[in-house]
Amino acid sequence: MSIEVVSPGLCTTVQDWGRYGYQRHGVNVGGAMDALAVQMANMLVGNHRDEAVLELTMKGPTLLFQKDMLIAICGGDLSPTINKKTVKSNRAVWVRSGSILQFSHAKKGCRAYLAVAGGWDVPIVMGSRSTNLRAGFGGLAGRMLQAGDRLEHNPQSSFSLYLAKQLEQKAGDEAFSDTDWFIPASHFAQCQESIVRVIRGDQFDDFTAESRQRFFDQAFQVSPQSDRMGYRLTGSTLALTSPLELISAAVTMGTIQVPPDGQPIILMADRQTIGGYPKIGYVATVDLPIIAQLRPGETMRFQEISLQDAQRALYERERTMNEIQLGIKLTVGWR
Amino acid sequence: MKNYEFSPLGDSGVIVKLGEVIDQRTHEIVVMFTDFLLENPFPGMLEIVPGFTTITVYYDPIILAQQFPHDLMPYESVLAILDRMFQELTVTCKAEPRLVEIPVCYGGSFGPDLDNVAQQNSLTREEVIAIHSSAEYLVYMIGFAPGFPYLGGMDVRLATPRRSSPRLSIPKGSVGIGGAQTGIYSIETPGGWQIIGRTPLSLFQPTESQPSLLRAGDKVRFRPISEQEYEAGKKVFR
Repeated sequence: MSIEVVSPGLCTTVQDWGRYGYQRHGVNVGGAMDALAVQMANMLVGNHRDEAVLELTMKGPTLLFQKDMLIAICGGDLSPTINKKTVKSNRAVWVRSGSILQFSHAKKGCRAYLAVAGGWDVPIVMGSRSTNLRAGFGGLAGRMLQAGDRLEHNPQSSFSLYLAKQLEQKAGDEAFSDTDWFIPASHFAQCQESIVRVIRGDQFDDFTAESRQRFFDQAFQVSPQSDRMGYRLTGSTLALTSPLELISAAVTMGTIQVPPDGQPIILMADRQTIGGYPKIGYVATVDLPIIAQLRPGETMRFQEISLQDAQRALYERERTMNEIQLGIKLTVGWR
Repeated sequence: MKNYEFSPLGDSGVIVKLGEVIDQRTHEIVVMFTDFLLENPFPGMLEIVPGFTTITVYYDPIILAQQFPHDLMPYESVLAILDRMFQELTVTCKAEPRLVEIPVCYGGSFGPDLDNVAQQNSLTREEVIAIHSSAEYLVYMIGFAPGFPYLGGMDVRLATPRRSSPRLSIPKGSVGIGGAQTGIYSIETPGGWQIIGRTPLSLFQPTESQPSLLRAGDKVRFRPISEQEYEAGKKVFR
């Protein structure tokens, strides 16, 4: 008994926090693009924050439940319905066996995350359940979901079972029921303004004064050639004062590199491990979810932040997340 | 040992620069620092990525902030830890590097660009194979793709420009030449290198505890094999 994929959507993959410790073997970290939404979705169903979830991109799948399950949907709004009735995001939802969960095109944001109590059960490869699409391993057989695939979840925590029981009673004869409490949208990546904070990169000073100013003053547009590997931006061209021959070295998620055409690329979850283009900046880790939720054609601006403030913001977010987790436990009344 | 410089790689990494040029000496220092950190991880250290002249240390700023709950920000804490570790390090003579032999079936359908490489360098096919398989190569680092080795030591007589239009798909195990470099495609991928042969060895096995056949610091030698040996090897090698 499990969940069955009726139609797979555009790009639906199993992802968790990513595969750390293997970059020196050339294996990229991968993992979910919006790590914030993943953690929230897991917390809502009583999982560890880094359990495997489904990442749905731009157009979501249709899924048939073959047993009762406790789920949560966070991140972009892909208009989810259960048996044609709207399901709300950012809260725990109990779903009855036989129901159909259907997603549509993204109305807001780009990626939604579907967590299940216990976490999705696919084999752990090199310490992670994330799908590595390019090398074809991890997740479900190293590929996107296809029609007919079945997914099972791992054993649930006692918290999950307790919450599921509450919601099952609340559902009565209905196909599903949700909690009347939720995580406010203000805790997720906000895309309306799309201001992304950036730490200066190693080669920031090697760009012309004009380029440096334009980098922070002007808006950039997300190109259609953007994917899990990197976001290509279009805007005013950024130029070096003189050509640079750099020795290739490690690159990270959020690295903004500028190839010779002068159009920046933000490296994302499926980035390669090594790169050699000049780095004008690094997106602060706390703001990476904003980029993950940007769609092709949307615009964004960069704003400078110090390394110290970027790390402080990350620590503050962690504190908030701990408070939310505690809040969930108190609200559900589990002990 | 005090010849290194730090710079941040975003808010969760630090680049340690250990040299200015790509050479064997710098490479040995890079490998030594990498091995030392892998054996002596500090709390919050996520992973180490060796480069040509750098190592990059990835860390979790939240764990570091919890470990050192005073005024020091996580980046400064990491620098202090690394400084303390590195000052005690003395450059030692490493044990003999591993020599890994890579069997290669040159030419034919496995190496469609062998003739091209020969022509462009005014050599015969046999000469290209002889030159390519007589050198000893150094694995500077693994990166770009899972298990993909950056090799140093190719004879300049074999240098050939990349194809003007890259192929959409190159089979895994393909041995190629791109400019003054040679390498092995570890997984199937698009690419523009001149393909001169193919090895039956798997350079990347996600299910192995050491997923990459090669490691930074290894020495590599190519050994020409026949098509029959290739097919037999396909069944035997890891």
